[in-house]
Amino acid sequence: MITKNNEAPAMREDDLKIFVRGTEHFFKQVTKIPAEVSMPFIKESTDHVMNDFSAVIGISGKHRGCVYYTAPREMIGELMGHFGETDRSDELLMDCVGEIANTISGNAREHLGPGFMISVPVVIRGRAEDVRFPKDAPAFVIPITWNGYRSSLILCLKSGDREMPKFDLGSLED
Amino acid sequence: MRLLIVDDSNIIRRHIQREIGEGNHEIRMAADGVEALKVFDEFHPEIVTMDITMPNMDGLSCVEAILRRNADTRILVISALADRGTAVEAVKRGATGFLLKPFTSETLATEISELFID
Repeated sequence: MITKNNEAPAMREDDLKIFVRGTEHFFKQVTKIPAEVSMPFIKESTDHVMNDFSAVIGISGKHRGCVYYTAPREMIGELMGHFGETDRSDELLMDCVGEIANTISGNAREHLGPGFMISVPVVIRGRAEDVRFPKDAPAFVIPITWNGYRSSLILCLKSGDREMPKFDLGSLED
Repeated sequence: MRLLIVDDSNIIRRHIQREIGEGNHEIRMAADGVEALKVFDEFHPEIVTMDITMPNMDGLSCVEAILRRNADTRILVISALADRGTAVEAVKRGATGFLLKPFTSETLATEISELFID
């Protein structure tokens, strides 16, 4: 059981699987190259997971918190090629990382329902290691490897209307 | 044909524009609902592609506002919001179709061509 101080995490195992599958679907659909998702872990303050470009989606409604997607410049640039894009300006790289976070978050509503309300993305350029994560929910890091590049989806969500069960990350694999 | 592409993502706007192709069409773009209405009033597009989650004015409100201006406008809502209720709501408000992100070029081409046929 990977929980800190015996705290009950804010997400169910099934919730995390929704985002894992959503991430896999995104890369497969857009690039036809599958992404490999590694075992999620809870971010500790000493873990450095932020990359060159990061997007934050605010979540409200039945869940509260944030969904982050962070990736290296080279990966986003290559991904943009799959949108037919040749311009690699920072403006478009930032736009692309925001769109990835927005799409994965929005797709999660298929299972989480319309009560999972998402904001427009806020994008940060540069390794934003000092970004503050909400303190009242653990930050689950989902490592993603695509085409040799490593990026992360980070879920920091608290359920607003249900009991929060303990969560065994070891049982995540199907 | 005159087409208006509305999405707060520049990547997506440019992607859709490339897929449609400038050939026989005039294409304008807008980054949110408010800008879309301004462009609509001067450009009078027959076809609109519309994102939902955008700053200033969301896409579903913009669909209604456009159809109040011209009820014959064909609007394809393109969104990542995957719950069934959102697609139903889009059609209820008058959208011609709903396309879920992420989409393939083939699916986008099919949906767009159906708008031309209607």
